[in-house]
Amino acid sequence: MQDNPQPSTLKATLAIFLKDISSEFRSFELISAMLVFSLLVIIIFNFALELEPLVRKAANAGILWTTFAFAGTLGLNRSMSVEKDRGCMDGLLLAPVDRAAIYFGKTLSNLAFMLIVEAVTLPIYSVLYNENLLRLDLLVVILLGSIGYAAVGTMLAAMSVQTRMREILLPILLFPIAIPVLLSAVKASGGLLTGADFSEVATPFNLLLVYDVIFIAAAFMLFDSVVEE
Amino acid sequence: MIQTKKLVKRFGLKTILRGVDFSVAAGEFVALLGPNGAGKTTFLRILATLSRPSLGKVRVAGFELPRDAAQVRAKLGVVSHMPLLYPDLTAEENLMFYARMYGIPNMAARVTEVLEMVGLELRRKDLVRAFSRGMQQRLAIGRAVLHEPQVMLFDEPYTGLDQDASEMLDNALRYVAAEGRAVVMTSHDLARAEDLATRFDVLSRGVIAASAKREELAQTNLLAFYKHSLEEK
Repeated sequence: MQDNPQPSTLKATLAIFLKDISSEFRSFELISAMLVFSLLVIIIFNFALELEPLVRKAANAGILWTTFAFAGTLGLNRSMSVEKDRGCMDGLLLAPVDRAAIYFGKTLSNLAFMLIVEAVTLPIYSVLYNENLLRLDLLVVILLGSIGYAAVGTMLAAMSVQTRMREILLPILLFPIAIPVLLSAVKASGGLLTGADFSEVATPFNLLLVYDVIFIAAAFMLFDSVVEE
Repeated sequence: MIQTKKLVKRFGLKTILRGVDFSVAAGEFVALLGPNGAGKTTFLRILATLSRPSLGKVRVAGFELPRDAAQVRAKLGVVSHMPLLYPDLTAEENLMFYARMYGIPNMAARVTEVLEMVGLELRRKDLVRAFSRGMQQRLAIGRAVLHEPQVMLFDEPYTGLDQDASEMLDNALRYVAAEGRAVVMTSHDLARAEDLATRFDVLSRGVIAASAKREELAQTNLLAFYKHSLEEK
């Protein structure tokens, strides 16, 4: 019996992130569900809203973020259910690491799954809606919006997964709390897609940055008490 | 190695543990027996740092809980009826992941050693999803001893195992206990507990109702002792 050095928070975060990625790339359960859902949503919107080109331009950001938010919720729910259903969350909590590592590890993997789904969805959306979405400024907004959504979503998923109504509870908790991030992201994306300069969307963009920092900090501080029995 | 004094645990208005005094020395294997709802799992979860005591003192491996929870976790191995393993990772990947989480040096060598110990070295590249319940439970023991803990907690480890798998688990438990660790196991299987443990404690209605060492049970059997403890209580 020996004393092992306690692993750093960074190493433990990376271990959890890599574990999630390896596990998912073997089963594709989570990404495939998110992807199919995203594609269905954009196809349904495409047929349902036969809009004038100008009106469609204005609706793009809303459709895009509705798709990302719902698909993201699917992923967040599944990602935490995997830990809970087989008792693996206890396995993580039993490890002698700072619990922030569990939060950051899970947030990073949830963010990675969201970004993978977005990377596939965006080109298909561009073709279907005849709108080039593969622009650096828009991609930065999407990245920031996804970071905020994953940050608050991971914390709430850890909370809701402990209840019997977890599939219903997560969206009920998440959507109202994530409204500041989603609104800023929609405003910034909408502005860019209707031809505004970056300086014109600076306000929602800066708000998005601030909300990301606030959500990450709040979730980091609360996570320990959320997972505590 | 483990000591609790007047340990109380409440969930809202419901009191599950009502002042548990309990201790385990290094090298002791204690079977914690009791009916359903007696508080065995709650008690073990407190020792495992997964739940906070409402009142009372808890010391594990020389550290106080909940204050020194991180230090206790480094000295603790836990096996429950759930394997705490990832089905879409191989046996080796599961152990490597936990080795990283425990900061184990020479991870690859230690993982190989543990896989050999639990008899799964030939299945190291197989997904845990493809393992039988018994194999998963043996790998769960491997996961729990990976960091060479001083204290082992087993919560109903035989749940869902067939006869062959239970016998294999017996051997794994004997191996774990033979290394001088303090071991606490909750079980409803009195025959298996009698076979393995050096002391038998009965938890009933939130307190330790009776305690006896193996040599003290020479004149009677464990079932009679257990029934008598519950009746007295």
